[in-house]
Amino acid sequence: MARRRFDIRAQPGFAGVAMFTFAVLYLPIATLVAYAFNASDSITEWGGLSLRWFHDAAQNVAVQDAAWRTLIVAASAASFATLAATMAAIATTRTAPYRGSGAKYALINMPLMVPEIVTAVALLIVFSRVKVLTGYSGLGYLVLAHTAFCIPFAYLPIRARLEGMDASLERAAADLYATPWQVFRRVTLPLLRPGIIAGFMLAFVISLDDVVITEFVKSGGQDTLPTYMLGQIRRSVTPEVNAIATAFLALSVLLVTAFFLINRRKA
Amino acid sequence: MAPARQDTSSERRNVRSRWLLSAPALIIIFVAAAGPLLVMLAYSFMVKGDYGDVKPGQYSLDGWFSVLFQRDIFDDTLSFADAHLTIMWRSVRLSLITTALTLLLGFPTAYFIATRPRNRREIWVFLVTIPFWTNLLIRTFAMQQVIRNEGILNTLLRWGGLIDQPVQILYTDWAILFGMVYVYLPLMVLPLYASMEKLDFRLIEAGYDLYAGRLAVLRRIVIPLVKPGIVAGSILVFVPSLGAYVIPRVLGGGKNMMLGNLIELQFGAGRNWPLGAAISITLMAVVMVALLFYVRNAARTGAGHG
Repeated sequence: MARRRFDIRAQPGFAGVAMFTFAVLYLPIATLVAYAFNASDSITEWGGLSLRWFHDAAQNVAVQDAAWRTLIVAASAASFATLAATMAAIATTRTAPYRGSGAKYALINMPLMVPEIVTAVALLIVFSRVKVLTGYSGLGYLVLAHTAFCIPFAYLPIRARLEGMDASLERAAADLYATPWQVFRRVTLPLLRPGIIAGFMLAFVISLDDVVITEFVKSGGQDTLPTYMLGQIRRSVTPEVNAIATAFLALSVLLVTAFFLINRRKA
Repeated sequence: MAPARQDTSSERRNVRSRWLLSAPALIIIFVAAAGPLLVMLAYSFMVKGDYGDVKPGQYSLDGWFSVLFQRDIFDDTLSFADAHLTIMWRSVRLSLITTALTLLLGFPTAYFIATRPRNRREIWVFLVTIPFWTNLLIRTFAMQQVIRNEGILNTLLRWGGLIDQPVQILYTDWAILFGMVYVYLPLMVLPLYASMEKLDFRLIEAGYDLYAGRLAVLRRIVIPLVKPGIVAGSILVFVPSLGAYVIPRVLGGGKNMMLGNLIELQFGAGRNWPLGAAISITLMAVVMVALLFYVRNAARTGAGHG
């Protein structure tokens, strides 16, 4: 085996570029995290290790508010989106094409295709008028807008899971006199669960990450963590923003890792 | 719903229940995405209000007209709206350069991952996926800290003796470019890897047997075979670059705007909602054409493997 030293797969310089790419991907994040632990008042000079900025951020009422709001919006939007996407996935898979099924598929995936800023200003136009007409300016608009763009992200893994499922199990249950609801509850749903969990987690991460649509839809005093950070970055004074970003980053990495592990177990 | 019976009435009932099941998703997307886009289309044909919004019931083509032209307020002469053209050109130019640079970095990276032992590939892919799923704003902010005057990039350059004064990168087009390459790099690597993973290395071996050099193998065998991945990655990078809003806002400072910021301006200080709507629809149309190209490319390659 070791007879031939010529590696047909190698291309000169490619490994070097790859290492450079990984450095480019991780160096900025590493810098950001490092300065979150900076004891000094400024983001420019290093003053030793400290947790004071995490402490300050946790004590900051505006940050606490924004953090809660972010979680509430993400949890509700991801739940509604997963529910709607599960129903839609059941309705659009394992069937012969029927009238309008193509259009349905296109509409469900539409939020993936339209640039965020375009959706954001379109929502601004409509919601600003609705807010005046109804007098209601609560969190409902944010939840609704987030649910809409989370649906395609929840839909994709659920649909993929459904398509890989064996329909004969459900047919067998029906043959054994299970009602359609029993078939769904006892056969379809347990088999579909990994897809639903993956869909929910994707939707949750997507909602957490959103800045643009939130920025245009929110009413006064409805900052989420990303829009709060966007406002702070402009002023960009202390490493407190770094601390918030680092905590946020840790949550995202945790979710993505969990998602990765769940998907790997399935495969 | 007995599946054995296949007469038309049960089929019709089946289709009806499928519509009922998908109704919530369709209604939510219509109310909070598709519907507002239609309203915005209507707004682009209306007369701008004095304090933002539009004047109800009055229609005009001014919004569309002012995407490209401006009328002199004193003598009514027409001229191209230079500011808009500059911003459009900057958006297209920066997006194209971003696509080229991500391809330049992403191609060798994807190839590197695809040629690792099978059990190691997953971990490399995971390393690309993590930045992809972390908040775009946080990554943009991280880039801001790297390229600022006192940042690590300038420090390294000074330390290396390449410069003796910090180079102003932040709030220039370069900053936007750095930010977009950094943020969208995973979108290039992942589809490239997906098509390189399927690469048949026996074909490369055959190339070498026929006395091809490394470069010839790359140019005549590898690149043609992974072309679908190159097209997919390029579109996936180009499309969000063109619609970028957060990156130019944070890294470009107020001055170096891209289309996304021009749109925001019309709905904010510009108080010209019909113009903002018209630019939005133009942007959306360009993106749709690019994505249509992507879908056709995907469909063709899906059918081509066999």
